Formats: sequence, C-alpha cells, structure tokens
Amino acid sequence: MKVKFRGMNEITRPQQRGAATRVSWFQFATEHRASIASLVVLVFPLVMPFTALAVNILIYGLYALGFNLVYGYLGLLSFGHAALFGTGAYLCGIAIAHFALPWFVSIAVGILGGLLMAALIGVLAIRTRGIYFAMVTMALSQCVYYLFYQAVDWTGGENGLRGINVRVIDILGVKLDFINPLTRYYVIAVFVIAAFFVLSRILASPFGAVIEAVRENETRAKASGYDVTLTRLITFILSGGFCGLAGALQALHLSIVPIEILHYDTSGIVVMIALLGGMGTFFGPMVGAAAFLLLENLVSLWTVHWQLIVGAIFMICVLFFPAGIWGTLISRGKP
Amino acid sequence: MAGLSLDLIALQLFTGLALGAIYVLFAIGLSLIFGMLTVVNFAHGAFYMIGAYAGVYILSFGGNFWICLVAVPLAVGLFGLAVERFLIRPLYGRGIDYPLLLTFGLSYVMVELVRIAFGKTGYPFDTPEVLQGAVNIGVGYFPLYRLFVIGATAAVLLALWLFLEKTSFGLIIRAGARDPQIVRVLGVDVARVWLIVFGIGTAIAGFAGLLAAPLQGVIPEMGGTILAEAFVVTVVGGMGSIGGAVLAGLLVGVVVSMTSLFAPEMGKVSIFALMAVVLIVRPQGFFGRAGLMS
Repeated sequence: MKVKFRGMNEITRPQQRGAATRVSWFQFATEHRASIASLVVLVFPLVMPFTALAVNILIYGLYALGFNLVYGYLGLLSFGHAALFGTGAYLCGIAIAHFALPWFVSIAVGILGGLLMAALIGVLAIRTRGIYFAMVTMALSQCVYYLFYQAVDWTGGENGLRGINVRVIDILGVKLDFINPLTRYYVIAVFVIAAFFVLSRILASPFGAVIEAVRENETRAKASGYDVTLTRLITFILSGGFCGLAGALQALHLSIVPIEILHYDTSGIVVMIALLGGMGTFFGPMVGAAAFLLLENLVSLWTVHWQLIVGAIFMICVLFFPAGIWGTLISRGKP
Repeated sequence: MAGLSLDLIALQLFTGLALGAIYVLFAIGLSLIFGMLTVVNFAHGAFYMIGAYAGVYILSFGGNFWICLVAVPLAVGLFGLAVERFLIRPLYGRGIDYPLLLTFGLSYVMVELVRIAFGKTGYPFDTPEVLQGAVNIGVGYFPLYRLFVIGATAAVLLALWLFLEKTSFGLIIRAGARDPQIVRVLGVDVARVWLIVFGIGTAIAGFAGLLAAPLQGVIPEMGGTILAEAFVVTVVGGMGSIGGAVLAGLLVGVVVSMTSLFAPEMGKVSIFALMAVVLIVRPQGFFGRAGLMS
C-alpha cells in the first residue's frame, strides 16, 4: 500500500487554483486524495494476511483520521479522544442491545454520541490552551470512563456491554452476511470511504483553511476576523463525529464494547498512530494505523511485552522522525 | 443520615488530607518541572510507580522502610537526571508537544520494563511496624501511618520551600522559571538548572510512590490513574504554581474522601466535576498566571 504511492505527494494547505499552470503529481494526489484513499481501502484486504486485521486497521485509521483533524490540522494535542471513540461505541451498542434499533440508526446514534461528547468536553477544554489542553482532555475522558463504569445497568460496567448481535446487514431488501469477514470489511469500508470524502471536503473548504490558519498563527487568524475559539470548538466537535463513527463501527465489529475502550490507553494509542503515520497529512492516519497494528501483531507473535517495543519505537519517532512515516515520505517528494 | 456524626466527618477530613498529601507531592513535582522546563511530564506516574517498586526491591534485600525513605528518592531522582539529559534535552526548542509525547512513550517503556522485572501482578506493601496502629487525634482513632504521610509531606514541602527561597540555587531556579533567557545572559548554565529541577521533581514523585505503597499496594499501572488526577490538581491549583499545587492537592483529597462518605459511587467523578467548575469560573486555576496558558 505504501510502496504503491511512494512517488506521490500531497498538500495539506488549500489549493491556489489557477496559480500553478503545471499540474504536478503532488497536486493531482491532493485533489483526488479521497478517491485515492478509497481505492487503497478497496484493494487493501487482498494484501493483508487476514481480514480481521484489515478491519481493525480500517476502524483505527478512521479513529486516527478524526484525531488528526484536531491534532494535525488544528494543532491541539488531545489526550482524551478515547471518550469520543468510546461514547460512539457505547451509544451504538446501547441502541442495538437495549432498544433493538436497526444497525444504520444505531450508527447514526453513535455518531451523534461522538458529536455530543465532543461538544461537552470541547466547551470545557477549549477554555484552556496550549499544553493545558492535553491535560484537561485527558482528565475529562477519565471522568467519562468512571461515569460509564458506574452506569452498570446501561453499559455492563466492568464486564463491558454485550448483546450487540448484528448478523445480517439489510440494505433495501438486500441481505448481506455480516459474519463473513470480507463482507464485513466492505460494509465498514463504505463508511470509512464516506468519511474520507467528508473530511476532504471539510479540509478543502474555506473553513478548512481557517482551521489551519489558527494552527499556524492564532494572532493573525484572530486579527483577520476569525473567531478562534469557535473554530476550535467546531473542529473538535467534527472530530468527535468521525471518532463516534469509528467507535460505532468498532461496536458492530466486536459485538461487545469493553470498558477498556474508554481507558486512557485508547487515547494514547491514537496519538501514537497519528504521529507514526504523519500528523497533519491526509493519508498519515491510515498509514499509521496500518503500521501500528501490523507492528503490534508482529511483535506480539514473539513477546507478550509488545508495549515495550511499541513505546520504544514511538520514542524514536518523536526524537528522530517527528514527521512520521508518511510525512517523511512526502517531504522527499514535495516540490 | 443516622450515625453520621461530626466526629466521623472530621475523621474523613483527615483521611482526605492524607490522600491529598500524596496528590500534593505528585503535583508539586509535575508543577516544578512544568514551571521551569515547560515540559508536561507524562511519565510522572511511571516515576511514581518506580518509586514504589524501588521500595519493594530494597525491602526484599532486608532493608527497612527508613532506608527506603532516603534511598528511593535518590535512585528515582538519578534515573530522572538520566532521562532529562539523554531523552528530553534533545527536544528543547522543538515545540512544547514533543517532550510530552516522548515522556508518554517513556511511560509505556517503564511500565513494561517493570512488568518484565517484577511480573504483572502487584505486590502488597506492609506498613512499617512502628507506624502500624491508630492514635487518638481528638475526634477519634486515626491510622498512624496516614498521619505519618501528612507529616512527611509537610517535611518535604518545608525542605523544598527552604531550598527555593533561602538558597542561591533556589534563587536561580525561581529566576529561571520567570525568564530563562535573562538568567542565561547573566552567565548561569540553564541546562544544568533544568537537569537538576527534573531530578528533584522525579525524586519527589518516587517518594510519593513509596509513601502511597502501603496505602494502596504496588502494581505496574498505579501511575496511570494518579496522573489524570494530578492533572486535575494542577489545573485547579494553577499550572506551575507550587502553592496552588499544595492547596489544590489537599482540596482534591478532601473532596474525594467527603464524596466517598456521602455518595461512594461518585468519589472518583467528583474531582473532575471540581475541575469543570474551576475551568468555567477561573480557567487559569487558583494561583495560575493568566498568561501562562496561552
């Protein structure tokens, strides 16, 4: 997957259409980034050792995509994204297990849950800036963890939420077998691909330009008349929508929502994935998710202490390759 | 609320102070490091955990608790010095997020190394014999060890205060927290000051871990929970403010123990509610400088 696109580039900044006469690979890849990512996702299971891993990569990639919107594009480091991911998963699961709602409604409930939780956390955390943001988001997501842990009647508490049995995906009379790994992969892929296009559209919009303007120079963005606080809040909420979707898909995929999904480690993993892949790049989160989960699978084959290796590799990345895998690759080809 | 006497509330208040004392020790290290180096040490919980395990290790060689009280902060502090020198120092000037991310990765490595060395299951940690039992503190019997925790914390705070306010090195530290550039211009080796501050901060974290060990046992994951709670303390108290960390740490401890008395299931949630209120009313915390956050 990575080899295939080595020669290509991408731009995270909005295009100046008409300014450049020559269309480079770089611009081509940027303009069609959502389509390219979708194509990769469609052929991805063919090159993976087993489909379940591919599904995981897809879901964590989507989760990282949502996280990257806040960290990479907006420039705020959140250590509480597990709350958004977990809320999406729990609400989707509750909709199915307690209310027997159809799967597509449940996914919508999950997305809504992610959006609402992001709005709640965002309103509080956005009041702080800089390094504070990481601490406050982490603390608030820990609070969410305890709340879900206590609400045993709804969430199953320590045992996790069980009974999310979706065996058949029914689309206008067409019944798809959700137990079949490959079918499951492509059902989930449809949502991920939709997310690619939505995210790409957001980033290409004037609002997307404001998001990056706030990251690059807050004072100047403010002086240009943009409401910095509101931009941050909206971006955080949008990120919650993506993470909520990822969580909802995770709930469908696992048929159970473990309480660990809200744990601080789940927030940490997405930071690692985004940094490993390349923050602030469109393809980075997916590349990072693939690299991280493949690494985790590989290392856990010969040692149970995979966290040691993963942590060490992460430290090396921070010290020597802060641009991540994808970021390092494209910095070589950038015109 | 039958049987809920004033004495019980007073006792619970003391329990909260003992709990708060651990928060205070943990948070002043965090605050000291942030105030000087502008590094949020995500591995602070791991240093805390290492402190407890160092205690277990020393005791297994027949050492006693009093030796631990001296040796553990020294050992953890030395380790902290090495971490600052070889891992964090290369990252200065590269953005405030990078040291945070690095220490986050480091905490994974430290926790996993401890799991390899000591196993995944925890260790019980006996209260030293002299400190077992309870004493009457006027409102009822209170565990002696918890009193000792409060006393030891007060002693550390006093020592730290004397060090920062009365020694010339403390003066340099305070000046460096205000404006490292000027201090450097005046011919002070700021890198060395930062190194030592990181060492002191982590040493106090190790000390806190050791003190907490008899109260809650020793497991590799013990640092993760307190880290999130200490962030609450630093946000409430004001980042970089030692006085704020002390006041907020005690407050958080008391709030937790009081909520546990009246609504046990809300004990853990209460401190985050406290943080939410502070964020809404006074986002920079009790003693935080308004500018520091931006």
